[in-house]
Amino acid sequence: MTTATAASEVSYLEAISQALDEEMTRDERVFLLGEDIGIYGGAFRITEGFLQKYGEWRVLDTPLAESGFVGAAIGAAMMGMRPVVEMQFADFISCAFDQITEVAAKNHYRWGAAVPMVIRAPFGGGVHGGPFHSECPEGWFFHSPGLKLVAPSTPYDAKGLLKAAIRDPNPVIYFEHKYLYRRVKAVLPQEDYIVPIGKADIKRPGNDLSIITYGAMVHLALEAAQMLTNEGIDVEVVDLRTLIPLDKETVYGSVRKTSKVILLHEDNKTGGVGAEIAALLAEECFDSLDGPIIRIAPPDTPVPFSTPLEEFFLPKTADIISAARRLAAY
Amino acid sequence: MELADVKRDIKRADLLQMYYYLRLTRALEDRVTALYRQGRIVGGCYTSHGMEAIAVGYASALERDDVIAPFHRDMGAFLIRGFTPGEVLAQYLGKRTGPTKGKDGNVHMGDLKRGVIGFVSHLADNLPVATGVALAFKIRGESRVAFAGTGDGGTSRGDFHEAMNFAAVRKLPVVFFCNNNQYAYSTPQRLQMAISDVVERAKAYGMPGQIVDGNDVAAVYLASKHAIAKARAGEGPTFLEFKTMRMHGHSEHDPAKYVPRELLEEWMTRDPILKAERLLMQLGYGDEVYFHEIGERTKKEIEAGVEFAEKSPLPEGKEVLEGVFATESEVES
Repeated sequence: MTTATAASEVSYLEAISQALDEEMTRDERVFLLGEDIGIYGGAFRITEGFLQKYGEWRVLDTPLAESGFVGAAIGAAMMGMRPVVEMQFADFISCAFDQITEVAAKNHYRWGAAVPMVIRAPFGGGVHGGPFHSECPEGWFFHSPGLKLVAPSTPYDAKGLLKAAIRDPNPVIYFEHKYLYRRVKAVLPQEDYIVPIGKADIKRPGNDLSIITYGAMVHLALEAAQMLTNEGIDVEVVDLRTLIPLDKETVYGSVRKTSKVILLHEDNKTGGVGAEIAALLAEECFDSLDGPIIRIAPPDTPVPFSTPLEEFFLPKTADIISAARRLAAY
Repeated sequence: MELADVKRDIKRADLLQMYYYLRLTRALEDRVTALYRQGRIVGGCYTSHGMEAIAVGYASALERDDVIAPFHRDMGAFLIRGFTPGEVLAQYLGKRTGPTKGKDGNVHMGDLKRGVIGFVSHLADNLPVATGVALAFKIRGESRVAFAGTGDGGTSRGDFHEAMNFAAVRKLPVVFFCNNNQYAYSTPQRLQMAISDVVERAKAYGMPGQIVDGNDVAAVYLASKHAIAKARAGEGPTFLEFKTMRMHGHSEHDPAKYVPRELLEEWMTRDPILKAERLLMQLGYGDEVYFHEIGERTKKEIEAGVEFAEKSPLPEGKEVLEGVFATESEVES
């Protein structure tokens, strides 16, 4: 993980903030709503100073009612606005589940009404958040047609994907990983850019084994890949970046090249993104596979609070290394 | 309603137009019911029989660029917004010429170009949505209003309360209504809430509320007009409780034996069409001959609609795959 702090580097968190600021300046239809985002500047301070800069009708502190303000974002989006909703924590998205899956996701399909909106969902563990401040709820929405899901792992992708999400004519859930907020930094281009939705990125090319992952786990995979070079195992790390629509071409391309695959994610194992990709690979890449498809994911439990429990729960480099050794034998 | 008030506050032409839409709604939904009983319509059939005055009254009170999020017994609002009987029947028959091209059925339809938000079965879901419609108007400084409602049962849902609260806090240009027809499917109001008037709920949000005779089209029109004017003037949301009675079952499959017969008999005397006819006669705006003419005219329009719908093509199976995602050109500007 990069920890350099040169003046020109921005953190993952700052990249998100920059994307919001630049899009709000570029397009007056863009506005923000959520809990504590105005006066307080957001629980993670991503919108600090925005209220002063854009005023109370473009940075709305809402009542504590996720279904209500997601519904309001849907209505405004249908009227041609570009709302960006902040879930204070992705865990609270369950309160707005109905509005997201029944209204936002289905309106265009049912009666042709486009809903161009973004829901920012700070997700993931490793921050001692416990069962209600650490969840990875992407699996719930991965199964709901009509939504796009993105989950960046680097400051570059965080900024570019958020811009792309804001400009997309569909409801997009933007899963931003809390663990990465202040831990990853990078120098970003000065000019405006987007990272297109629906394109995975090979974060590390390799020939012996593919790790397909996203979010904070990308960094775990890169660490493990580095360690595995000592054992002569050349790992390719595929960062999905977008979960829906899934970049099947890049995933299949990588697996056809390496013939071995580990699916790594922080959402619990059963019915997760990895399960779907495993099924796709079995259907589409069966002939290319030289070993079992291995999933590394937390057990089917809520995310625990206490340090040893959470450490046990989350995937570790050791899990990846032992799976890689197992695959190397094939 | 005082006769003098109606005479002073509602134009003759507007009242006659409302009468026409009451009759058109009744004729259309009676035809839908008949098609259902003949087995030509499958699925749900949620009619507004006996409640037509609510949607006809409020939709007549709105301006053209205001936006409606109707309840599922608000057929009159669709008709006033230009949905033709043919389109509605095509929707019921699952035809490609219906507003949802067969993707959804019955009253689950909408069209942003005509300012109607598509109904969602999860009652009260569209109240937060209408709050957001009003928020867009407010942010852009437009003089437009959103008008949204649900039934007595729908007011039990959190979305009802979340929408009312947010709209009141931000003084948004939206009017909320409850179509209180006393039953949510089979559940009577006494098992739905511990209050006898839904309007009580408005107080908790610092919002003015009013009880309105939902079977009196003139009363619905005037109360709506007043609330809409307040919203447009920046005075914030109002809650209207339209008292009425559901005269058919929840859907046409439901004989509604759980509703006491005496209650239905009592409400039959308050039928909104009979009520409107009495009013028109008292005002000297219409007589039996005129009512008969309107009846014939609406009947013809419905039959033309049936013909259009029946001749319309069904969608092809593979069209199921179309429209999951929107393209940039489809976004409202």
